[in-house]
Amino acid sequence: MLGKTAGGLFWMFRYLERSENTARLIDAGFRMALVRGGALAEEWASVIDTAGARAAYLAKHGSFEGPLVVDFLLRDPENPSSVVSAIEAARSNARLVRTALTREVWEATNEAWMALKEALRRPVREPDLPHVLELVRQRSALVRGALHGSMLRNDGYDFARIGTFLERADNTARILDVKYYVLLPSLAQIGSSLDNMQWETVLRSVAGQRAYRWLTGGEIMPMGIAEFVILDRRMPRSLAFSVAKLANNLGYLEREYGMRHRCHDMVAALHAGLSGQTIDAIFEHGLHEFLTGFLRDIAALGLQIEQDYRFYG
Amino acid sequence: MSGEPRFFDEMRSGDAPRPPYAEYDRWFRAEDLSRLRRKSEEAETFFRRTGITFNVYGAAEADERLIPFDIVPRILSGREWSRLARGIEQRVRAINAFLHDIYHRQEILRAGRIPKELVAQNDAFLPQMIGVTPPGGVYTHIVGIDLVRTGEDEFYVLEDNARTPSGVSYMLENRETMLQMFPELFTRIRVRPVSDYPTRLRRSLAASAPPACSGKPVVAVLTPGIHNSAYFEHSFLADQMGAELVEGHDLRVVDGRIAMRTTQGYQPIDVLYRRVDDDFLDPLIFRPDSLLGVPGVFDIYRAGGVTIANAPGTGIADDKAIYSYMPDIVEFYTGETALLQNVPTWRCSDPSALAYVLEHLSELVVKEVHGSGGYGMLVGPAASRKELAAFREKLVARPANYIAQPTLALSTVPILTKAGLAPRHVDLRPYVLVSPDRIDLVPGGLTRVALKRGSLVVNSSQGGGTKDTWVLED
Repeated sequence: MLGKTAGGLFWMFRYLERSENTARLIDAGFRMALVRGGALAEEWASVIDTAGARAAYLAKHGSFEGPLVVDFLLRDPENPSSVVSAIEAARSNARLVRTALTREVWEATNEAWMALKEALRRPVREPDLPHVLELVRQRSALVRGALHGSMLRNDGYDFARIGTFLERADNTARILDVKYYVLLPSLAQIGSSLDNMQWETVLRSVAGQRAYRWLTGGEIMPMGIAEFVILDRRMPRSLAFSVAKLANNLGYLEREYGMRHRCHDMVAALHAGLSGQTIDAIFEHGLHEFLTGFLRDIAALGLQIEQDYRFYG
Repeated sequence: MSGEPRFFDEMRSGDAPRPPYAEYDRWFRAEDLSRLRRKSEEAETFFRRTGITFNVYGAAEADERLIPFDIVPRILSGREWSRLARGIEQRVRAINAFLHDIYHRQEILRAGRIPKELVAQNDAFLPQMIGVTPPGGVYTHIVGIDLVRTGEDEFYVLEDNARTPSGVSYMLENRETMLQMFPELFTRIRVRPVSDYPTRLRRSLAASAPPACSGKPVVAVLTPGIHNSAYFEHSFLADQMGAELVEGHDLRVVDGRIAMRTTQGYQPIDVLYRRVDDDFLDPLIFRPDSLLGVPGVFDIYRAGGVTIANAPGTGIADDKAIYSYMPDIVEFYTGETALLQNVPTWRCSDPSALAYVLEHLSELVVKEVHGSGGYGMLVGPAASRKELAAFREKLVARPANYIAQPTLALSTVPILTKAGLAPRHVDLRPYVLVSPDRIDLVPGGLTRVALKRGSLVVNSSQGGGTKDTWVLED
């Protein structure tokens, strides 16, 4: 497989994952605004922070108002994490690697692009927002379904999955990290209802609210939620799950190519680090420090994969 | 010509269908127009979803457009086709012989059959190719011959495409679409298949592998990238052939071979089916600013390390000034009279021809010698007085840059409009594969159709559409 093709598959699925995560983030922010009877500026600001777009946002807008934030995250072509940008980039990478995709995957991607371009042609009115966010998630799920149902399980599939889980690990860690600041005081005084709502936002952003309730019988415990989102390997958007998948897929490549690279050592170290962790130790060490370190490791792993598999040269 | 010109309609002669269309006509008469119109819209959705689009040069933004598809097929009888095929084969054989000659002994120039300066002063002539014999002696691995029809037995070659003829993906997707939409037609009418074109292309390319090739030839398609107007076709053909789709920056010279950067290191390529123009192929030899090519590829090519398809320098054979000599070229190399006719052509470099052309500008079609795609072309009868005057100036300024031809009474095939069937002008581009051991033709080719009533310009960049082309099993 061409290095360029591997890189194209990797980025196609990173962007696809990003479009879905951005939609979830907006959904969580929107929900918060509804529950609190009007948006709180800090709440929307934290949504922007999670998307890593504070500077870009402030360059265009003076204040964190719900409609502006939503539009920036959904439709702004200058925001590289907006749904529009992500889906455009996903499709552009798909065109680049079209020879490595089945017709089903290509068509699902192309149709996602057409449907979302149409849905996001104009600013989305509040009553239509839930439907549009659902559309983003559905379209992403369709591409993923086509991938699972039709692609050969070879190196191409592995690169697609590696892109997916690298992006997911990054996004989940960001969500937690941003919420950490909002939640900082509540770690000392666990249990006030307002902060519980904040923690629920975390669950909602990672589509984990039902699973968590099911596992814990509905008790909202900040430490429990952090444990669930960081360490629970049954939870498909958790850090532990994403890292385990990265280790698996990189392992398949190692076996298929008969070649071990630096990225394999890095993912092994990351994996071992998470497996031996407890949530108590993480909080003792400092959640923010832990997450910052994790984000740095994930970024380094991404760069190493690019080099080891010659995406660019 | 006086009064309304009459055109040869390929579907109907008077009220009766011509024989190749008899069964289709029966089917069509029993169909419901609104159902067909719905099908026609379905086809558009299908093309859009599949991403069969092209980018338009000069459009305001990087716009992806569909080439309109018309659901009424263009039908040729097996007999009509085999006659054409013989003529095409002869012409393509002559083109290859001409190219070999022009880059070696230049017998045809010595014999005085073509003026020397027409070759020597031609930008399409590549001095770097002098003395180079491509692997297997094949210059034009893929050729597109553009044909028009004016009567029952009258076909003309409008132009030869010996560089990188495009459009074959539309031929394949048009058939695919028709099979999906009207399966019943294909059980009623026996149409010769075209779907094995990619397999045949691969076989043909592999048969031209270079001396350095050991084992199963590795074929790759070289594209300028996703912004190229024909990118869809490049990826489509690579996909269908099971070949890699590469860009210049994926390639480099490694141990005397052209190699592509894979996830496991560099792997040599034997045959490069390039869809990049000569000028951009090798910045060391041609345009130094090109980022689309591979530095050093030309030296490797000359040393037999890689096959480039089509060979560099084939443009000298499809140059519009050379075109007018094609009957002589065919005769010179095959010893036979050309089976396919040329359209009579005035070379404006010749003062008496120029005088004639200027006098009859409003009746003629004038083309740039090196142009393609319908850009920079004048259709006299359709031009306004202002356009004629502007073109006259260009013509006088650089006469050698132009040729002129009579406005041909192109045949028509109906398209489906809101009001039902309506005749529109068509041309035909069959695709020819050349390998060291054979010349291979897929039955039919791409029919392009001018969608505007009365228009004679079929180019997709100028509002033309396409049709599925059927060759019947007689």
